Amino acid sequence: MAEQPDKTTSSPTKEPSKDLEKERRKIKSVAKMKEIMTTYYIDAKTARDNGKKVAWITSGGPVEFLIAMDVIPVYPENHGAMIGASKMGVDLCEKAEEMGYSRDLCSYARSDIACSVTNGGPIGGLPAPDFLVCCNNICGTVLKWYEVAARYYDVPLFILDTPFIHTSFSESAKKYVIAQTYEYIAFLEKQCGKKMDYDRMNDVARLAVEGLRLWQAVLDTAAHKPAPMTAFDAFFHLALIVTLRGTQITVDYYKQLLDEMNQRIKDGIAMVPNEKYRLLWDNLPVWYRTKWLSDKFASHNACLVGDTYTSAWSGVMDLIDEHNFIETGAVAYSSVYINVSLDMMMETLEKLIKKYDVDGLVMHSNRSCKPYSLGQYDLQKRVMKELNLPTLIIEADMVDERSFSESQIETRIDAFMETLKG
Amino acid sequence: MEILEKIKVISKNPYQYATDLKQAADKPVVGNFCSYTPEELIYAAGGVPFRLFGTQEDIVLADAHLQSYCCSLVRGGLEDALRGRLKFLAGAVFPHTCDSIQRLSDIWRLNAGLDFHLDVVLPVKLDTESARTYMIDVLRDFKTDLETVLGVFVSDDRLWQAIRFYNRLRRVLADIYDLRAKDPDVLSAQDLFHVVRASMIMDRDAFLPMAMELKDALAEKVKPVTENTGKRILLSGGICNHPDIYGILEASGGEVVWDDLCTGTRYFEGFIDENNENDETADPVAAIARRYMSRVVCPAKHLGTTARGENLLQLVKAHDVAGVVFLFLKFCDPHGFDYPYLKKYLDDAGVPSLLMEVEAQLPSEGQLKTRFETFMDMI
Ligand code: SF4
Ligand code: SF4
Repeated sequence: MAEQPDKTTSSPTKEPSKDLEKERRKIKSVAKMKEIMTTYYIDAKTARDNGKKVAWITSGGPVEFLIAMDVIPVYPENHGAMIGASKMGVDLCEKAEEMGYSRDLCSYARSDIACSVTNGGPIGGLPAPDFLVCCNNICGTVLKWYEVAARYYDVPLFILDTPFIHTSFSESAKKYVIAQTYEYIAFLEKQCGKKMDYDRMNDVARLAVEGLRLWQAVLDTAAHKPAPMTAFDAFFHLALIVTLRGTQITVDYYKQLLDEMNQRIKDGIAMVPNEKYRLLWDNLPVWYRTKWLSDKFASHNACLVGDTYTSAWSGVMDLIDEHNFIETGAVAYSSVYINVSLDMMMETLEKLIKKYDVDGLVMHSNRSCKPYSLGQYDLQKRVMKELNLPTLIIEADMVDERSFSESQIETRIDAFMETLKG
Repeated sequence: MEILEKIKVISKNPYQYATDLKQAADKPVVGNFCSYTPEELIYAAGGVPFRLFGTQEDIVLADAHLQSYCCSLVRGGLEDALRGRLKFLAGAVFPHTCDSIQRLSDIWRLNAGLDFHLDVVLPVKLDTESARTYMIDVLRDFKTDLETVLGVFVSDDRLWQAIRFYNRLRRVLADIYDLRAKDPDVLSAQDLFHVVRASMIMDRDAFLPMAMELKDALAEKVKPVTENTGKRILLSGGICNHPDIYGILEASGGEVVWDDLCTGTRYFEGFIDENNENDETADPVAAIARRYMSRVVCPAKHLGTTARGENLLQLVKAHDVAGVVFLFLKFCDPHGFDYPYLKKYLDDAGVPSLLMEVEAQLPSEGQLKTRFETFMDMI
């Protein structure tokens, strides 16, 4: 899972007379966000010159500890999303395939692995890691991907193993993840050659929880009718809660964004003009087609008001006690949306469907992401049967455009919207 | 050999065998997809661990639950369950391995309609102290769950007995492999395939004496120097559900002398320490856990970043292998990710290799033969 620092708006209109309207609908905070992300990537790329360490970490991993240790976290998944958004995915995926990586593997992994070797991609490759932190609460793919990176860069790899939750999170599993959190701290202390400052850690934990609350509040504004933002905007603004969670910058930014959203609600600004149909999105974005998809839905007066993906980070914040972050955080990390069974995913889906009061569910069956996509058919059936909600499945891939058939998807969306309009 | 024929009949008709077994013996048959299934515990609880391979027929019912970009083992396994072909199963056990199996477990639990369903969420990494503790805890939890669903009590004595039994079972399979690696003429690779397969589905109490008998018969046939002239091949990958492949390789001039398959040596490799058996304080579950932590690792588990490459090279050397054939199921992530690095290990050691990605059905025999023959020429 990851997010992309690139802007998509949901405005479909091009007529000059509507330019003012369009301008009014633009989210103003975007500029600030771009600035923060640019600074962040410059810092990461020049870390070595400034005597700082760089760690690669998975999107679901506990970044707070890196922040507290002054390590710069870098996200290969975020990189994969950028590659997808800049439409460089096919080329890089093909390079990985030449290296022997099967086309059926996750396209984030494929494109990122190719970048390591070629220094290609939108930012000329990621800064090389001093060490790697892999938390498998999102998938088994990251384990294999980080093993590849550990061999390639010849750096230490820390694995935070979060047992999957099929029916319940056992006491044994809880003990295990807590023990590993202490091992993680010891690992960082060794890599950084200094002790963890627990006061600092507490501050970071507090900021992380505050950031999560603000992010959730931002997402919640889309429950308003009409929605001041869409899931496509959420995909963009998500970057900070993943990347710089636990910093003041993130807290300040989401405060600003939240204010802007509330102001939009007051001013009656909707992201999709004439919002009539409200939809929920499931799975990762189709990064190279966010604009196309958002225009497509908007042309039917449909707005994707929420999604299962951007709320994955804040969905478990209630499990965190910021005064005991080390132990409660470990359990929270293990409980994220994609590390739990289909029955538990169904509960979350149901909550989101009610919260955003949607008229339909759009599921992206993502070839790249098996843990997110396998089981969608079962969820779909339950949503239709138990909640009586229309659903649509789109077959695609988040980065690899070769798996995107525009005409087919267009037809399906049009047909789906017709049934909604019924 | 009469005994071999008996084994082959069972291996070729596993569902028939299990159905008969269910009627004849009062033993619950417990389905599973993985060599990390803690079989010793199931055996000790009176059950018969039964390995599932998935159907090779058309997928119809499973299509409503699983996308096409999912491996044929997962799709084929579900198909069999949904078609009611697995009615002989009392329940199923799902050790945690890859993302696809993880989701199959959910779908299975919600749709297969068996009496019980147990998840064994094993650690993914196997090289730390806390993972070792967790492994023991998980196996203990599993033992309790099994006792509940099967309504039995499993004493430590019973567990030690199961440990001794499984050591013998694994020993005899290893011996048969060794005999064959020395002189491949004693048993065809395809027949060996059937022996291992039978060992994963049969009532183990019935299988062990048969395997012993087979081993003794083979030992008598082994010549000090083999006359077999096939090029010595090692098969590496996940599951092999294609007995034909051995024959085609043979016809192309190769002889599979060893494997690194999850339905091959990885199933029986590694023994459980029985030495502490008479120590009052010794814990049999911990002894079992030790084997799962140290056995040859599957790509869905982590034991350092180079363990599989080193193991492969060591196997190549130990069995005087001339070339490696990688056999993966299409859409298999763990194997797909390891392939480039394993290949590089072999390349660097000057060992030729060939990649075969297969689905439920093998490519045509002619096509396979051409590929194999080209490969044999390279060796
Ligand atoms: S498999 Fe899915 S969760 Fe894992 S890295 Fe790829 S997209 Fe992310
Ligand atoms: S073949 Fe690969 S993808 Fe399929 S179940 Fe086995 S490990 Fe998983």
